[in-house]
Amino acid sequence: MLREKYEQEIEAILARYPVKRSAVLPLLYLVQREYGYCTEEGIREVAEITGVSPTEVREVVGFYTLFYDHPIGRHLLQICDDLPCALRGADELVAHAARRLGIRPGETTPDGRFTLETVMCIGACHRAPAMQVDLEFVEHVTPEVFDRIVEDLSRDGA
Amino acid sequence: MGRYILLRHREIADLHRLEVYVRHGGYEAWRKALTTMTPDQVIEEVKASGLRGRGGAGFPTGMKWSFVPKDVFPKYVVVNADESEPGTFKDREIMEGNPHQLIEGALLAAYAIQAERVYIYVRGEYRSVARRLEAAIAEAYAAGFIGRNVLGTGYSVEMAVHLGAGAYICGEETALLESLEGKIGHPRVRPPFPATYGLYGKPTVVNNVETLANVPPIILHGAAWYRTMGTEKSPGPKIFCLSGRVRRPGNYEAELGKITFRDLIFGEEYGQGLLEEGRAVKAILPAGASAPMLPASALDTPLDYESVQAAGSMLGSASIIVLDDTVDIVWAAYKMVRFFQHESCGKCTPCREGTYWLRRVYERIVAGRGRPKDPELLESIARQMAGKTLCPLGDFATSPVLSSLKHFRREYEDYLRRAVETPAGVPA
Ligand SMILES: Cc1cc2nc3c(=O)[nH]c(=O)nc-3n(C[C@H](O)[C@H](O)[C@H](O)COP(=O)(O)O)c2cc1C
Ligand code: SF4
Ligand code: FES
Repeated sequence: MLREKYEQEIEAILARYPVKRSAVLPLLYLVQREYGYCTEEGIREVAEITGVSPTEVREVVGFYTLFYDHPIGRHLLQICDDLPCALRGADELVAHAARRLGIRPGETTPDGRFTLETVMCIGACHRAPAMQVDLEFVEHVTPEVFDRIVEDLSRDGA
Repeated sequence: MGRYILLRHREIADLHRLEVYVRHGGYEAWRKALTTMTPDQVIEEVKASGLRGRGGAGFPTGMKWSFVPKDVFPKYVVVNADESEPGTFKDREIMEGNPHQLIEGALLAAYAIQAERVYIYVRGEYRSVARRLEAAIAEAYAAGFIGRNVLGTGYSVEMAVHLGAGAYICGEETALLESLEGKIGHPRVRPPFPATYGLYGKPTVVNNVETLANVPPIILHGAAWYRTMGTEKSPGPKIFCLSGRVRRPGNYEAELGKITFRDLIFGEEYGQGLLEEGRAVKAILPAGASAPMLPASALDTPLDYESVQAAGSMLGSASIIVLDDTVDIVWAAYKMVRFFQHESCGKCTPCREGTYWLRRVYERIVAGRGRPKDPELLESIARQMAGKTLCPLGDFATSPVLSSLKHFRREYEDYLRRAVETPAGVPA
C-alpha cells in the first residue's frame, strides 16, 4: 500500500542514507500520515522496506513519544507543563483544557476529534505557556486562545 | 560588524534567504576554506579560536575534530539539533532565523574532517523548524554550495535533515547516533567515542547547532579576532536562554564572561527584572534542569564556564531559568525529577529505578503526605545513582534533588511538618 502510494517519497527517503535501516523513523512518520497511527500493517510495511524485523520496528514505535500504536484524535493538542511553562501558568492551562474538552490528559474526546496530552519542554519557554497543535507551535496560550483553537477545529471538516 | 555574531537575523531582515545571507558575507568563509585552506588549517584555526562546544559539555571543538582519523572513510558530521533541555530554545532561533550560518558551519566541519555527508538531527517537535531548514539546504544545493564538486574544487558533500520523534535522551550524542541508525535511543558504552566509532561505526563529529554557527565567522575573520570576545578560557559569544519568572524572557547574545546572572535578569537590554514588582530572586537554574540550582547569593557570578563551575554549578547549554520568591522549591524540584523520570531511557537500572523512586517520594511530599525521613531518603536514592549510570542523564537527575536539599532544606521541612500537623485529606 505505502509502496505504491508514496513510491517517490520512499525512494527519496532511502536515497538519503547509505543504510536502509535509517529510514525507519521517516517511514513511520509516513505510516502515521497515511493511517493516522502506526498500524500493524504499516509496521510490517516499514519492516519489509528496511529489512528490519517487525518486532524491532514495534520497539521503535514504543520508544518515541511522537509515534502512536493506537488511534488518536484527528487533532493532537499537546500542552507543555514542564518547569519553565509551569512557572507561568501551564498547570492552570492544562486544568482549563481538560475542563473545556471534558477529558483528562492522555484521553481522546468521544467524537474522536481531539487528543489532549501534557508534554515536556518543547523549546518555547520564552513564550510560555506554550503548546503544539498538530505539531505546530501556539505560544502565549491563554484559556481564551485555547478555546478559540478548539472552536476553530470543531467546525465540520476540520 | 553588527551587534550580533550569531543572532544576526535580528538586525538583517530575511537573513534566512540565501540571497540575503550571501549579500551579507554569507558563504565567504566556505569559499575561503575551500579555495585557500587545507582541511588541517581549518582545524588549526578553530583550535586557535578556543571555541568550546555549546551543547552542554563545553569541549574544545577544534580538538574534537583533530581526534578524527585521517585515513578511514567514509566520515560523517552530525549536527545535534535535538534541543530538549527544559528552558532551551536557542538552536531553534538559529535554525529559524539564520539557518545558512549553521549550514555553512556544518560544511566547514565536514571539509575539516573530510566527511562526505552531514546529517542534521532535529527533534521531532521542531517539524516546522526542520521544514525551514530544509528549504535553506535546498537553496544552498541550488547555489552549488552543497553537492558534487563544490565550487569546482573537487570536494563533494551531501546534507540532509533527519527528524527525531520525541525523546530527550536522543540529545546525548551516542543515543542520537543510534536513533539516526533507525534504532531506539539507547546510549552506547564509551569508549569508543564517535570520533573513531560513530555513525554506522565510522568516524563522526557530533556538534551542537550553536557551536557550528560560530565557525563561519572564525574562519572568515580569524581566531585572533574571535578571541577578542569572551574570556581567555571561554572565548566568543554565547546565546543565553532566559526563562521563568522574568519580565522579558528570550534569547540574549552576549560575550562569555562579560555579564553576570544579575545583568541578564535585570539588565535593560536583557530580562528587565522579575515578572512581578516587589519580588526577589530565590534561585537560579543555570542550565535547565540538568545542573545544580544556585541561591540568590550567586547572582553576581559572571556567565562563563569556569565562573559558574566555581560557583557550584555548570553553565551547560546556558538555559537560565529564574525562580523568584513566589516559587515553591520542592515543587520545582519535583517538576524536574518528573522530567528525568519521563526521559530515562531505561537501559541501566540505577537511573531507571532511581528516577522512579525519586518521583514517587516527591509525589507524596507535594501531596502533603511526606514522611519525616524523606529528605534523607531522597539523598540516599540520589547517592545510589550518582556516578553509577551509563550516561550523564542519571547524574543530571540527581542535581535538582541534591542542590535543592542543600540550599532550601527548610522548605522540605516545612512540607513535612505540615504533613504531620495536618494529614492530607483533613482540612486545615
Ligand atoms: C542526556 C543528554 C542530553 C543532551 N542533549 C543535548 C542536546 O539536546 N543538544 C546538544 O547539542 N547536546 C546535547 N547533549 C550533549 C551531547 O551529548 C554532545 O556532547 C554535544 O552534542 C556535543 O556537541 P558540542 O561539542 O558542539 O557541544 C546532551 C547530553 C546528554 C547526556
Ligand atoms: S543513565 Fe538513564 S538515560 Fe542514561 S543510559 Fe542509563 S537509563 Fe538510559
Ligand atoms: S517549558 Fe514549556 S516550552 Fe519549555
